Amino acid sequence: MSVVRVPPVLRQEAGGAREVEASGATVRELLEDLAAKLPALGSRVYGDGEIHSFVNVYVDGEDIRTRDGVETPVRDSSTVILLPAMAGGSLTSPPICDRPGSAEPTSPAARRR
Amino acid sequence: MNPPTATVYEVMATYRELLHATKSEISEIDAETARGLDGAAWVDVREVDEWQEGHIPGAVHVARGNLESRIEAAVPDRSAPVVIYCAAGNRSAFAAKSLEELGYEQVHSLIGGITDWKRNGGEVVLPRTLSPAKRTRYSRHLLIPEIGEEGQLRLLDSKILLIGAGGLGSPASLYLAAAGIGTLGIVDADIVDETNLQRQIAHSLETLGTPKVESAKRSIEALNPDVHVVTYRERLTSENIDRILDDGWDLIVDGADNFPTRYLVNDASVWRGIPVVHGSIYRFEGQVTVFKPHEGPCYRCLFPEPPPAELAPSCAEGGVLGVLPGIVGTLQTNEAIKLAAGIGESLVGRLLLLDALATEFNEVKIERRADCPVCGDHPTINEYIDYVEFCAR
Repeated sequence: MSVVRVPPVLRQEAGGAREVEASGATVRELLEDLAAKLPALGSRVYGDGEIHSFVNVYVDGEDIRTRDGVETPVRDSSTVILLPAMAGGSLTSPPICDRPGSAEPTSPAARRR
Repeated sequence: MNPPTATVYEVMATYRELLHATKSEISEIDAETARGLDGAAWVDVREVDEWQEGHIPGAVHVARGNLESRIEAAVPDRSAPVVIYCAAGNRSAFAAKSLEELGYEQVHSLIGGITDWKRNGGEVVLPRTLSPAKRTRYSRHLLIPEIGEEGQLRLLDSKILLIGAGGLGSPASLYLAAAGIGTLGIVDADIVDETNLQRQIAHSLETLGTPKVESAKRSIEALNPDVHVVTYRERLTSENIDRILDDGWDLIVDGADNFPTRYLVNDASVWRGIPVVHGSIYRFEGQVTVFKPHEGPCYRCLFPEPPPAELAPSCAEGGVLGVLPGIVGTLQTNEAIKLAAGIGESLVGRLLLLDALATEFNEVKIERRADCPVCGDHPTINEYIDYVEFCAR
């Protein structure tokens, strides 16, 4: 069994767990096992045989995009990190990308450089 | 009767005799020979006030009194040639002997010192130095060999732009100011409110209701009047980013709270070659890295696209432990100070992950992507896009 670290935004889908266990010889097998155990979490990360593009997956500290993608081998002792981007920082207003189509007057708008 | 006694006096060497003996044991060279030594380190062992009146170009200053304790930091390579000089070639003779005893293999004392050097038309440069007040203020930096006076002068010459004066920007602005960063720019459109005070330590009850940039400026100036503060009370957009970056920033500390701003800052910084010290936080977790254009990945290499809205709650929606931005903001500041001083190993190519609940740090490798649309080999995004639309897809 490998340890899968769950990012805070996906913990609800993992019943609040910071880490879950899953098994598989490759990332694909591991995520399929994860999806079978925790379907809500699995579908957030993985679908149609692909990892969603907004989630990074690291096996033992290495981005699987720089290795063999979903075919990257996983060992029993491996730690797998699921990592979507976090926006949070300094300001206090809600993120403007949470409001698609928003007419935020100061939103970054397209223009020529 | 007391037994007869005899007192034997050892004949102590005079200064001249000791100097003569020392000079016979070391190598002395003239300026022309010294100039011909490839890869030589030049060490000025005079007192600081003599150094400040002018020194040989390229020399490092290690006063005779600190020679043994500081030479290893100044000249780490014991096998490289070392030319030591003082005013006339006497103190440097003793210094040369000390260095030989420390294992330096090719030590030479400059005959006639800087006096003869100048008499023979050798070039002398006047060092930039810190005023006595600044030497006191930054004394704990000056004591660190990796920073010292040169490093502190570099910090004082630096211009750092902070995106946001909130959770991450507060500790960053205060520690950057305390470190003596010469110019700090702050971009933030918000007003200080009560909910900020749980973590945004640059603000206080006294500045409730005032713009954050003004509140932060007051805190910075109260801490260190050496710092020039430039405020931009506006939200960063593709309309204003070029105007703000045209003010000439050496690096950006990104503490934005939303994805459109993150991608906007990334694209502009790649096009302009400005390093970005990235920090982000949520609840108990933080991420820190450094994006140095073309020397490592950019934000788009790390996160080619943002998560959907439901997976991207802000701290205003999801909450954040008050001290977390303090930890992440000071980690960003550490990276910024190292980059500004030109020292250490930065987080380029490494994403540091902090879990404050477990008190656990992890690190993952991040790489530049050849197919990155902004910093890749064949960029497809060469102008500002509609970042709101990009993040709402």
